[in-house]
Amino acid sequence: MTEKYNMPDERGHFGPYGGIFVAETLMPPIQELNAAYQHYLSDPEFIAELDADLKYYVGRPSPLYHAERWSRELGGAQIYLKREDLNHTGSHKINNTVGQALLAKRMGKTRIIAETGAGQHGVATATIAARLGLECVVYMGAVDVARQSLNVYRMKLLGATVVAVESGSKTLKDALNEALRDWVTNVDNTFYIIGTVAGPHPYPAMVRDFQSIIGREAKEQCLEATGRLPDALVACVGGGSNAIGLFYPFIEDKSVKMYGVEAAGDGVATGRHSAPLCAGRPGVLHGNRTYLMCDDDGEIIETHSISAGLDYPGVGPEHAWLKDTGRATYVNITDTEALEGFYAITRMEGIIPALESSHAMAYTMKLAPTMKKDEIIIINLSGRGDKDMQTMAKREGIEL
Amino acid sequence: MSRLAARFEALANTGRKALIPFITAGDPRPDFTVPLMHAMVKAGADVIELGVPFSDPMADGPVIQRASERALAHKMSLKRTLEIAAEFRKTDQETPVVLMGYLNPIEAMGYENFANAAQRADIDGVLTVDLPPEEGLECSALLKARGVDPIFLLAPNSTDERVKKMDVAGSGYIYYVSLKGVTGAGHLNAVDVENKLQQIRGNTKLPIAIGFGVKDAATAKTIANIGDGVVIGSALISKVEENLDNLEQASNEIIELLVSIRQALDS
Repeated sequence: MTEKYNMPDERGHFGPYGGIFVAETLMPPIQELNAAYQHYLSDPEFIAELDADLKYYVGRPSPLYHAERWSRELGGAQIYLKREDLNHTGSHKINNTVGQALLAKRMGKTRIIAETGAGQHGVATATIAARLGLECVVYMGAVDVARQSLNVYRMKLLGATVVAVESGSKTLKDALNEALRDWVTNVDNTFYIIGTVAGPHPYPAMVRDFQSIIGREAKEQCLEATGRLPDALVACVGGGSNAIGLFYPFIEDKSVKMYGVEAAGDGVATGRHSAPLCAGRPGVLHGNRTYLMCDDDGEIIETHSISAGLDYPGVGPEHAWLKDTGRATYVNITDTEALEGFYAITRMEGIIPALESSHAMAYTMKLAPTMKKDEIIIINLSGRGDKDMQTMAKREGIEL
Repeated sequence: MSRLAARFEALANTGRKALIPFITAGDPRPDFTVPLMHAMVKAGADVIELGVPFSDPMADGPVIQRASERALAHKMSLKRTLEIAAEFRKTDQETPVVLMGYLNPIEAMGYENFANAAQRADIDGVLTVDLPPEEGLECSALLKARGVDPIFLLAPNSTDERVKKMDVAGSGYIYYVSLKGVTGAGHLNAVDVENKLQQIRGNTKLPIAIGFGVKDAATAKTIANIGDGVVIGSALISKVEENLDNLEQASNEIIELLVSIRQALDS
């Protein structure tokens, strides 16, 4: 079935979701960004430069690896890992920062800002800023600064200024608030590289387009390796950039099921989680309408997850739309289950995944055994686990 | 004629400028707000902007962020802010009250429920920071139909096209954000504001209140002379923050500052 999918509309709406909900001072730079993005999207020179960077700097294409031992162990579908962990800087985040930084350069912006949760987007942004010689300021919640200190050090090595955000819950959402405050103050020379498929239009569409290299490659690689399309895609969802990157090129291939895995933290029933699609409601935050974790008064609720990168009360508006239309299915995995996924693939395949990606691993452990041996699952292994070694060691009572 | 329109017309007729204090509802305690509103009117306030506390105030500087946090710690909400406004209205039918806040609490209440509640509380205007006219027409229409003015922001980088858009979408007054930045920032430039106001005046007849970065009587006077009114927020809320252990003192200092601004505006 090939029903055409062409979201968002020209005002950035995915059905009732998305849009542009920002203070007036940000309207002109957002319009400027949208115009530049639409222009360069079809500029062969821009695309050629982006492709060259992705190949020689990021190291693309990333392999599609058949996890044979793990597949056998689970006794169901054949599991393939899209190895975004092998990208330069260790996650899928660099696909997007390379693209947005090239755009910033063409727009004549000299200063880059970013928000970060786990620090992967911050590192990817600091990396590309170093390469292009741009000033870089990264906002990071104080709680995340503490639990992802290795990435903080990496960003500083790369020459970025890391600002620990002390307001609110001191996590990713507060980093985003602070980055927006910076942007509103420095609109003239500053480009805000948002790391996920959230924020005001055109960010959700633009970040998706830069990340959809993941799904395009995976589709081609799967066809090459197996002669057919996969039966299911699995990816973790915080803001949702790695998931949409994998899903998007498959949206019109209706035989391919899509599973987005949210962080259930201590369990959705406990209220201590980060699963707005599974247990939230529509609302407006950070420039777009989407599913949010908020109370009856519309105040945002503090989230919880073992993985800083999933610890966010919103989610990209396109995921909200894919949920409502039933095209994708959103499930959730607790901290404890995610750790089982982490250990399983580490010991079974010799690959240490990020705690974020471990949520996708854990869901696959439930899904694969329900499928036939000749069926195929592709998981987005969105990042490597090096950044989480301190967290893991601490849980095991080991001091590094 | 709406209470806001009438108030600005009366001021214009007597050659006076509007003094518009902003306070966060329920900061630092819910029972502090209504008496303070009445005291501010006595001190010369023409319109009161009542901030609706929100967990993620993206356009606000640290002073108003902390005010929101203090109020939320006392379970303040949009609903309770409306109750405060209604309470104030019982004994003051003259002074316009404008709610200023973010969209999500309104989304959670539902646009129509909110418009009805605003009408019941006899609110005069609603300014929603993160709701530009492109997304806000549905909500604005519901408010206008109930006699509540939807108020929009303009900024130093707003184009003629956007000024015209606000002129059509908004009523009551336009809130001109005097600088690129968050509330309470310190780099307001009067010459820039004056140049920009000329451009805006060419495209709208709505009264223009100027805010962000107004700290004292001197700046207030300079700024008010350019526009039709001046909004002062963070400087007032700082007085609360500095006197959390003595709220009578906080109230006195707020009133003292407003009186000095009123005198400066009228001199």
